[in-house]
Amino acid sequence: MKTAKQYTEEQQGYRLHVLPTNKYKTVSIVVKWKAPLEKETITRRALLPSIMEKATENFPSARKLQGALEDLYGTALSADASKKGENHVITFRMEVVNDRYLKDEDSILKKALHILNDVLFHPKSEGEGFSSSVFKREKETLAQRIRSIKDDKMSYANTRLLDHMCSDEAYGVHAQGHLEDLEPLTNEELYSYYKNMLQEDELDVYVTGDVSREELLPLFNEYFVRSAADPAPSTTVSDIQVEEPREIIEREEMSQGKLHIGFRTHTFFGEEDYYALQVFNGIFGGFPSSKLFMNVREKHSLAYYAASRFESHKGLMFVFSGIDPADYDQAKTIILDQKKAVEDGEFTDEDVEEAKQQIIHQLKETMEHPYGLIEILYHQQLSGRQIEASELFERLEKVSHEDVVRIAKKVELDTVYFLTSLEKGDA
Amino acid sequence: MKTQEFHQINETIHEEKMDNGLQVFLLSKPEMVKTYGIFTTDYGSIDQTFTPLGEDKEITVPEGIAHFLEHKLFEKEDRDVFQDFTKLGASANAFTSFTKTAYLFSATSHVYENVRTLVDFVQDPYFSEQSVEKEKGIISQEIRMYDDQPDWRGFFGTIGSLYHKHPVKIDIAGTVDSIQHITKDDLYTCYETFYHPSNMVLFIAGNFEPEQMMDFIRENQQRKDFPEAPEINRRFPREPASAFKSEEAIEMAVSTPKAYVGLKEQVDGLSGEEILHNELLSDMLLDHYFSTSGKFYDELYQSGLVDDSFHFETEWEREFGFTILGGDSRKPDAFLRRLKKMLLSVKEEKISTEDFEKMKRKKIGEFMRALNSLEFIANQYTHYHMLGVNLFNVLPEIESLKKEDMEEFIENWIQESQMTTFQVKPKE
Repeated sequence: MKTAKQYTEEQQGYRLHVLPTNKYKTVSIVVKWKAPLEKETITRRALLPSIMEKATENFPSARKLQGALEDLYGTALSADASKKGENHVITFRMEVVNDRYLKDEDSILKKALHILNDVLFHPKSEGEGFSSSVFKREKETLAQRIRSIKDDKMSYANTRLLDHMCSDEAYGVHAQGHLEDLEPLTNEELYSYYKNMLQEDELDVYVTGDVSREELLPLFNEYFVRSAADPAPSTTVSDIQVEEPREIIEREEMSQGKLHIGFRTHTFFGEEDYYALQVFNGIFGGFPSSKLFMNVREKHSLAYYAASRFESHKGLMFVFSGIDPADYDQAKTIILDQKKAVEDGEFTDEDVEEAKQQIIHQLKETMEHPYGLIEILYHQQLSGRQIEASELFERLEKVSHEDVVRIAKKVELDTVYFLTSLEKGDA
Repeated sequence: MKTQEFHQINETIHEEKMDNGLQVFLLSKPEMVKTYGIFTTDYGSIDQTFTPLGEDKEITVPEGIAHFLEHKLFEKEDRDVFQDFTKLGASANAFTSFTKTAYLFSATSHVYENVRTLVDFVQDPYFSEQSVEKEKGIISQEIRMYDDQPDWRGFFGTIGSLYHKHPVKIDIAGTVDSIQHITKDDLYTCYETFYHPSNMVLFIAGNFEPEQMMDFIRENQQRKDFPEAPEINRRFPREPASAFKSEEAIEMAVSTPKAYVGLKEQVDGLSGEEILHNELLSDMLLDHYFSTSGKFYDELYQSGLVDDSFHFETEWEREFGFTILGGDSRKPDAFLRRLKKMLLSVKEEKISTEDFEKMKRKKIGEFMRALNSLEFIANQYTHYHMLGVNLFNVLPEIESLKKEDMEEFIENWIQESQMTTFQVKPKE
């Protein structure tokens, strides 16, 4: 998508996207490293951001690094890693208070960029590894985080659903890595992978705030320098046909059951059908006015939440609801009936219009948030299809009742997953 | 309509108190696409014992009723209000806290219709026996959802172990049992007492013309009738200064133990300004020692007693105040011993003038970043207004803080008797 003002510069080894706006009191910088999603590398990539943001050559401990950021009016720096379809993306985000003295020798933005450059390209190293104390501590922390997934039942149920549904696909790997790959990982192996990432990842940098291209370019040329890179080609995603829907029940010590259902949409970001998929999701389960909320919650009082969302780059859709373990059959039937109702055209033209307006509102709202806008633009960058916001809205407006019915039929049930309490006989 | 300009941050607030007592604030931001509105009543889960409007005998209502009322206000005789916002292309939500219930929308079109929808639905209740019964199933599942979340249990467990009898110790949503006792009549009683315009604040921020918006709201309010309302008589039990229990633990299916230290803050007799002053100082102090750059956090992290799930929060209100620190720990006993010792040793630590200036700069940056968000401004402006303070004076307040203020705050801060510890232990 193109916004009113947007500049993309091909810098050495990265694309710099500048989005000037006067809406914010801060300047936000987002750095995205992208590589194919693979079981072999995912654990290393999950560990890297937390090591990189802990210590650098110039700021050799977490306290010194954070202290330097705090000196810059508490500049915020964060890093995380996530799956985007069958790509893995490591994101660094920095938010700097706009001092409006950009050309000044001592500008905050300049100093902040200097720190960011250090974090990305000059982590604290010892021989052919990262700082051994940082490595050891962060490895323990990640192991801890992986073990704790189970403590958050909603995300645990999501993870288990994907384990079953995508066991033979790259998308089935865990974004936070796998214990069996983490335990044997050495500092040297990780460092060598980091060097590899510097060379091969595709790198995009976004800047938004009250800044101009003319001010930023010289700053980036001086303070954000990547050696020549050779990015790996993008992966094409595999689209699987469902042979036979599956039903899986697992038990844990818990009081509420988590009913999570996975579908294949066979529809991807940027495709013509993608707009109709969004509207379908709106009618089916995307909003409080959708069929899922109105029936599972309001009509039958079975749940506090019952909703659907879709993954744009992998062609998946998920329904999730928290229910009493005894209500499993009823809730499952009601949810699947709602999808059938959309297939049978049991909704009005007015419902279609309302869903579109909700989606457009949501998009506009997301675009007004600095990180939200950047996420939308990056989605487009990933799909290789850039369109104007106005065109995006136009395409949504064109979606018809018929299109929604067609998509409802195209979306295929894959796996019904129920994580429930230990008491037998409920489900 | 009054206008207040805040030059330093380049914002203007328009305000008016309506004839019926409703306080309205407007923040016009023509450069934004979005408009956000929040309608808040000074009524939360702690307001359990009070004298109903028009009566003279005090009553105590079932736990979780403020939250229950919040759910039920969305349902009308013929429709669900979510649908009204949907038709206007907006999204709506609501929340209940210890001290407030708030209804909100966000819209990128039909701004006036959305404001009207918000104000009208909150000011026009419809409760029936049947819909109250239906809601019990939904809220039971909401409560069960939280019951399965160990962080939530840890947080509320700590508060429960800090307070002897103050209703801040009860869950905001109540319990599956307590909500069974709620009736349609209870809801009307609470509604009439606490949803009187004179107990409420409306804040609209975003893309509109302020004079026109204020006229619109005024006309809307003038069309409605409300009885005269005296000041609400709420009663809270007398709460000792000390913590209820010095330690407490529960067992749950968790992979890693969770451990927390809770501190009961003293708010008795503090004015709004003093509450803000103390809240800022305690936040800065905790940040100085326990954020990623903090000396104490570093010690805890390096010695493997905590991981990055460690966090802290401090909440200061008219009726209560607390600070909670903690997170996952594989050695919870050692962690809690060390953390308590650190907190008690803050008095002996020295903060240099340079450190203090740094703490201030960080707080200012944090505040400026937060001002990017219309939601933050509207929610916090309302919050501070109800305490009798202006949000936009927070910045000058931070700037004027001196090292001596911090020293004085620390001097009176913690006694061991005000502390509690709480653990979520893995089930054997």
